[in-house]
Amino acid sequence: MKKALAYARATDTCVSPKSFFSCFFVLFVDEVFMLKNYLKIAFKVLLRRKFFTFISLFAISFTLIILMVATALFDNVFAPQPPEDKADRSLYVMGIRLQGPESQSTGPAGYVFLERYVRTLPNVEKVSIYTTPNVVYSFWKGGKIKSFLKRTDGEFWQIMGFRFLEGGPFTAEDEKSANFVAVINEATRRKFFGDEPAVGKMIEADGQQFRVVGVVGNVPIFRINPFADIWVPISTSKTNAYKSQLLRGEFQAAILAKSSADLPGIKSEFESRLPGVEFPDKREFNTAIGGADTMFEFASRMMIPSQQMESQPRKLLAIIISLMVLFMILPTVNLININVSRILERASEIGVRKAFGASSWTLVGQFVTENVLLTLIGGVLGFFGSQFVLKLIADSGLIPYAEFHLNYRFFVYGLLTALFFGLFSGVYPAWKMSRLHPVQALKGAGGSR
Amino acid sequence: MIQLEGIEKVYRTERIETVALTNINMNVGEGEFISIMGPSGSGKSTLLNVIGLLDVPTGGKVALNSKPVTSYSDRNLARVRNEEIGFVFQTFHLINDLNVVDNVEIPLLYRKGISSGERRKLALRALDRVGLHARVHHFPGQLSGGQQQRVAIARAIVGNPRILLADEPTGNLDSQMGDEIMDVLRGLNENEKTTVVMVTHDPRQAEKTERVVRLFDGRQVS
Repeated sequence: MKKALAYARATDTCVSPKSFFSCFFVLFVDEVFMLKNYLKIAFKVLLRRKFFTFISLFAISFTLIILMVATALFDNVFAPQPPEDKADRSLYVMGIRLQGPESQSTGPAGYVFLERYVRTLPNVEKVSIYTTPNVVYSFWKGGKIKSFLKRTDGEFWQIMGFRFLEGGPFTAEDEKSANFVAVINEATRRKFFGDEPAVGKMIEADGQQFRVVGVVGNVPIFRINPFADIWVPISTSKTNAYKSQLLRGEFQAAILAKSSADLPGIKSEFESRLPGVEFPDKREFNTAIGGADTMFEFASRMMIPSQQMESQPRKLLAIIISLMVLFMILPTVNLININVSRILERASEIGVRKAFGASSWTLVGQFVTENVLLTLIGGVLGFFGSQFVLKLIADSGLIPYAEFHLNYRFFVYGLLTALFFGLFSGVYPAWKMSRLHPVQALKGAGGSR
Repeated sequence: MIQLEGIEKVYRTERIETVALTNINMNVGEGEFISIMGPSGSGKSTLLNVIGLLDVPTGGKVALNSKPVTSYSDRNLARVRNEEIGFVFQTFHLINDLNVVDNVEIPLLYRKGISSGERRKLALRALDRVGLHARVHHFPGQLSGGQQQRVAIARAIVGNPRILLADEPTGNLDSQMGDEIMDVLRGLNENEKTTVVMVTHDPRQAEKTERVVRLFDGRQVS
């Protein structure tokens, strides 16, 4: 072993398969010893090449900011978070597509369809049916208040884990008895009652009077299923017309499974029911397409065009990951490009360093350290930049009730990816630089050995 | 100290073959100050690069202190250059973005076991030896040619090498500055017993050395 290590040090090569890792380790440790020097040199290089540093840092931090903002938006829509805190065992029927010989209709389902084909699904813990949020106006103390109103059943409050600030939800009994009760969100309470408590007080919405029974925290608009400003029982609808909405209508459904293991069975059971859907006029529509989906599956169904409107979550995930990787490759290519073009500029310096004792390994270490340091500084800037941009979006009010949180997991992934690309973009130029023949390098030429 | 035996250097490209050195046999004793002279293209700088382990000869043997170094790995050649040899170039080759003292510290960056404080102390001492202690925080662009060459000499001697290789160190300087640089080199040779090998065109400077090696068309003629 000693012989192999001595040979490794003397020749820079690890030839014995038995001791390869040991001698590689020795060479590595020798280089790590230089790390402090690399860092010092790297700092100086970055400081003295301000324009290059600026361009590179901008590219890295900008990429990370975009990545972080995108993942924060993604989380805002898809991640399990209150009130959808049971998302891991929830499915949603967000809509259906009806197809006929000459027509097609896509959108929320009818009440009857959901009652008949979803409410009756076996092996589920709960099913809730609710409308999409509708814009309604309230005329209040001489002013007009615009709100989103959602009509739900009582199960809705058992599937969604709302945070109640006052009172509580309305019940299945309230829905059955068509009690004019409402749950409102924090923002609506402020609009109607300022800082006063709201429970027990009356509000007017869409020309109807409701008694407030509960106040919940604001739900971001991207949480399509729970989102609204005012929630009231379905049975308080102005007419009973919803009861005759057979296939298409304004309703959606949430299914809570007993365990996440039951989800595939529930999905296939629902899909198996679709061919048996009864159509009032088969000359208009004769096929129903849809599915019980997670939110991500639903997004894939809507975003990836297909004849049968299939759910393709893996394909969507692959597209998203590909886009992210592609997005990360851009600054990498930029860095490689800049680094390679700097070879000529730095040739004389490389020649000097080689003449005064830098080995090729040492120079590789130095150039890679420069890139990694640059990437890490870009990462830190990207971190703070992301926080700033997310706060800016949240404060702008463009997205109602949006609460963006930096996803630290994704930040670490992003940083690791940036680091990988930092290394990747550093190694090739570093290797090329280190191969410069010292004599040629001192002459300022970029010839390599 | 330096032994060259049958050194050949041929540059080959796809089309042509250029012979730069042919059968060079040379010994440089410890503490000697020799100059290498010859017309342009005679192989002076190539020979200096071979002695300085910057270039590998196509044939022959190079030995330092009786140890053959021709087959050394890149890492070991770098270590020998760092510990044993200092270089002074005609065009100084200072890094313009580093100040004087940082330039001088470069060889010590690649030497293990030297703290940054010690590095700074040694660099300042080297600058003092070449009479530039007052300009340590200047940048190369703020110095005259002679001062830049002094910085380059300080860099070459900061690690206390036993061999100093100078490639036309006065070539870019006027005669007065050239004389000053020669005084510094001679001082190092006489006082520190540093072995100096200098390439020069200038017979006046060559006269100041102990021995002159002359090259013509890659061959040693005297």
